Amino acid sequence: MFKVEVIVTLRTSILDPQGKTVEHAMHSLRMNTINNVRVGKVFHCTINTSSYDEAKKSVEEACKKVFTNPVMEDYSYKIEKM
Amino acid sequence: MSKIKFGIVVFPGSNCDADAYNAIINDMQQEAVYLWHKETSLQNSDVIILPGGFSYGDYLRTGAIAKFSSIMNEVIRFAKSGGTVLGICNGFQILLETGLLPGAMLRNTSLQFSCKFVHLKVENTNTRFSSTCSHNEILKIPIAHGEGNYYTDTATLQELEEHQQILFRYCDSHGEVNEESNPNGSLLNIAGIINKEGNILGMMPHPERTTNEELGSTDGKKIFLSLIET
Repeated sequence: MFKVEVIVTLRTSILDPQGKTVEHAMHSLRMNTINNVRVGKVFHCTINTSSYDEAKKSVEEACKKVFTNPVMEDYSYKIEKM
Repeated sequence: MSKIKFGIVVFPGSNCDADAYNAIINDMQQEAVYLWHKETSLQNSDVIILPGGFSYGDYLRTGAIAKFSSIMNEVIRFAKSGGTVLGICNGFQILLETGLLPGAMLRNTSLQFSCKFVHLKVENTNTRFSSTCSHNEILKIPIAHGEGNYYTDTATLQELEEHQQILFRYCDSHGEVNEESNPNGSLLNIAGIINKEGNILGMMPHPERTTNEELGSTDGKKIFLSLIET
């Protein structure tokens, strides 16, 4: 069994209005050293297999078909044995 | 003339299905049936409408879960064999998620849900959705969405322009297409696009809300009339 965390964010080439708004809010609180805020999503799941390669294959498939829309989003993930 | 049968798909969370039904039956005097998302038959519909709303609560991404429903397998098959499909608002978002149309929808740049009348410029009248419009005609139709900011890569955008797939652009009442008349940040002020074959239209504005004088405009009728007369 593996524990997975997937992070999905808008592609870096796309302006993230939500991130910009959060950044402006922080600047108005004088947190001026914080920049380039991007808002994303986190997915947690488990994968029922004993093979790391199989787990990785499943995560890749889930990322491409469900967790992201590849037109606008990128993903990264961590896989940990439980 | 025999009546055209419109199949209106209903997902959990659709909320413009009844408006579309009413527009088709009462204002356009055509036939309409509701198609529940679990069904696997399009009931011999001539035109499929994917209505506006918040299918599956907009969970994951707008339109993302709807693409996995049983009825969508049939809609995709119907569309790929040349059947007419009209996706309105959330319906447009579903068409993008299924890949029947290219691109994706981002949050409006204002981050606000925008519900108001807008003007659209008709840029291609040589389609089954716009044949009763005149070239560069300005339609007054409302939008109601939080994620209507159309995005795609440069190559696709170029292709859309080359093949005259951009059917509607946001403009002002004089037909000026500019930043001020863009309600959501859409690339090139895109409000509606068709596929290369011309049988699938996705549009953010709601033509079903403008089929009767009492609603403030009857410009939406032209889109349905084009479908009926084609």
